[in-house]
Amino acid sequence: MVDVQDSVKLAQNPHPRATPATAAVLRWRDDVAFDGPVVAFADFGGDSNAAAVRVDPADDARALVPHLARLRLIEVSFPKYRDGRGYSAARILREAGYTGELRAAGDVLVDQINFMRRVGFDSFAPAKPLNPDDVAAALARFPHVYQKAADAAAPVWALRHG
Amino acid sequence: MYRYDQYDQALVDARVDEFRDQVKRRLAHEITEDQFKPLRLMNGLYLQLHAYMLRVAIPYGTLSGTQMRILGGIARKYDRGYGHFTTRQNIQYNWIKLEQAPDLLAELAAVEMHAIQTSGNCIRNISSDQFAGSAADEVADPRPYAELLRQWSSFHPEFSFLPRKFKIAVTASDHDRAAVKLHDIGLQLHRNAAGELGFRVFVGGGMGRTPFIAPVIREFIPVSQYLSYCEAILRVYNRYGRRDNIYKARIKILVHEIGAEEFTRQVEAEWALLEPLALDAPTAEYERIKAQFAPPAYDAAAPDSIDRSDPDFAVWVDHNVAAHKVPGYAIATISLKPVGGIPGDASAEQMELIADLAAKYSFDEIRVTHSQNLVLADVRKDQLHALWSALAAADLATPNLDLVTDIIACPGLDYCALANARSIPVAQSIAVRFANLDRQHDIGELKIKISGCINACGHHHAGHIGILGVDRKGEESYQLSLGGSGAEDTSLAKILGPGFSEEGVVDAVEKVIEAYRALRLNPQERFLDAYRRVGAEPFKEAVYG
Ligand code: HEM
Ligand code: SF4
Repeated sequence: MVDVQDSVKLAQNPHPRATPATAAVLRWRDDVAFDGPVVAFADFGGDSNAAAVRVDPADDARALVPHLARLRLIEVSFPKYRDGRGYSAARILREAGYTGELRAAGDVLVDQINFMRRVGFDSFAPAKPLNPDDVAAALARFPHVYQKAADAAAPVWALRHG
Repeated sequence: MYRYDQYDQALVDARVDEFRDQVKRRLAHEITEDQFKPLRLMNGLYLQLHAYMLRVAIPYGTLSGTQMRILGGIARKYDRGYGHFTTRQNIQYNWIKLEQAPDLLAELAAVEMHAIQTSGNCIRNISSDQFAGSAADEVADPRPYAELLRQWSSFHPEFSFLPRKFKIAVTASDHDRAAVKLHDIGLQLHRNAAGELGFRVFVGGGMGRTPFIAPVIREFIPVSQYLSYCEAILRVYNRYGRRDNIYKARIKILVHEIGAEEFTRQVEAEWALLEPLALDAPTAEYERIKAQFAPPAYDAAAPDSIDRSDPDFAVWVDHNVAAHKVPGYAIATISLKPVGGIPGDASAEQMELIADLAAKYSFDEIRVTHSQNLVLADVRKDQLHALWSALAAADLATPNLDLVTDIIACPGLDYCALANARSIPVAQSIAVRFANLDRQHDIGELKIKISGCINACGHHHAGHIGILGVDRKGEESYQLSLGGSGAEDTSLAKILGPGFSEEGVVDAVEKVIEAYRALRLNPQERFLDAYRRVGAEPFKEAVYG
């Protein structure tokens, strides 16, 4: 059994400001950002050295589970914000014990960032830059959560029953 | 009923603040309508033909008198004095101004209500049996489970951008009053051989342009695990539901395309991985919620008989009053279908009156039904007459429950931007044609359901007689279908033949009904049963012959 709570140490509250890794990437990690090549999911199987992979909406993130130990960055693409498959991909990877960088890339908007943090994303490469103040406000907006996800937040049922 | 604690209240209040901020940005032109649209939809605000429409959630169709009074006040203050109760047990207001919407939501939040997830491709308001908690035939009150589902599905981070909207219904009797087999997930509470409570799980039902009756994918999931099981269903859907075509994006299409067996296999495989993660709320949480649905303080001395000496009252009792599980009490349905009225509409004054009557006669609680009526579920039998008199004075005592004038109709072309044809005037014309009560009672149970377009918000697929508005070369036209049911004997209505004009469809309905009266075995044989026995031919003959 994988303990999601321990595998991903994401403080829910208070929300530290993200540190920009590059101009466009917001990051909630202390380690040094990986800056090697990111291979496409389709090529990953043939490239046994790759430490970073990009997952598109139709790719089966679960196929990466046997290789998680050597992965330092998984980039999940959001070609359109309405396509929510990447949320499941992220949570599946965290549930399987992945602790490396999990990046949401593409049509990433401030109104979705809280949900993305909850399913386990800890870095963001939005196609259009986000205003850091708006991001901070969005992450601080809701004081509680109703359900478990891939973060450390305790659902209200846990708070109610100590 | 369920009362918010500090956590529920804080979340709903935060949502109001967030929306106020978003509206301010929109009104200041800091964001475009394109950017604003998904945000307002997440708060139930649609842009319709003439104005904004706001859909307010009434979780599992239960609300207090206090809440109903506020709904009435909102109708007066922010709308044109009316609200519209819908087939999804919600209420819609049709004339909302954007700049006032945040204040309206704040008024709702003050009485523990919201419009969260009443629109958008997310898990929508949970619906349930309107008699829950009072029905003589239920195994247990399903509402605590529906409330747990409400909480679990609210702001769900993984399932807020599904391929399409997602509707869950929960019931607890064999007699299905919530159309569970026509939902994305239908959960039927029952006991297994060991006497334990669990759910029968139906997945992939729905109406719209391709209607399906949901197959059972699991006969029994213990109540302690149904949330994680739903999580598994939603995840399979979120990953594999079609996103290439909006008309094929509902879970029913996925289940149909890969087959119920393969779908079940995938859900079970997903659940095997999710189950160990302890995602389900603990029993203590269920008990906390259940305690709030504790039966009200019924009076054991309440007499178990009804004085039927007033003949008009007796007719209402026969049609609009149902059996209660406690002796001395009854379940009363308030018809929102006066002949010639708009199905499901209630005025501000009517809502306020119903709020008062609920406080006086039914432990301050009201239910909304999927057939767009209201219910007082805990009325003393010896107070039914007083209740009826007060309702009658406000045109709320039409004794037509499940009769030909108890018509479901969607907003249609009078309000809806997607409509092909009007629904409300057709419902009104049919009701006027059959206004005579003796005639209605002679015809017996007959459910007419009208949708203004193929999206089927008016449940026409599930109508004993279904009417669908279509656009034929720019003219409003109506298709007639027969033989549908949204009850435990769920079936989908079949098209009878070529369509009709607005007037023509009313005539056709009358011909169908007269044909039924001529061929029924006896007055007890319902229209639906007669149709199932003889098939479409005699009706085709009567209408097109
Ligand atoms: C006026 C604005 C409305 C709009 C724009 C609207 C839109 C839609 C659409 C597009 C669908 C088809 C979904 C699909 O097949 O995937 C649908 C289905 C449905 N809507 Fe509405 N609707 C509206 C009002 C209502 C009202 C007033 C009710 C309740 C009386 C309602 C209840 C339903 C139900 C029960 C279904 C079919 C069940 C299903 O989801 O399969 N809608 N609606
Ligand atoms: S059935 Fe069509 S016309 Fe009627 S409310 Fe739904 S979308 Fe509008």
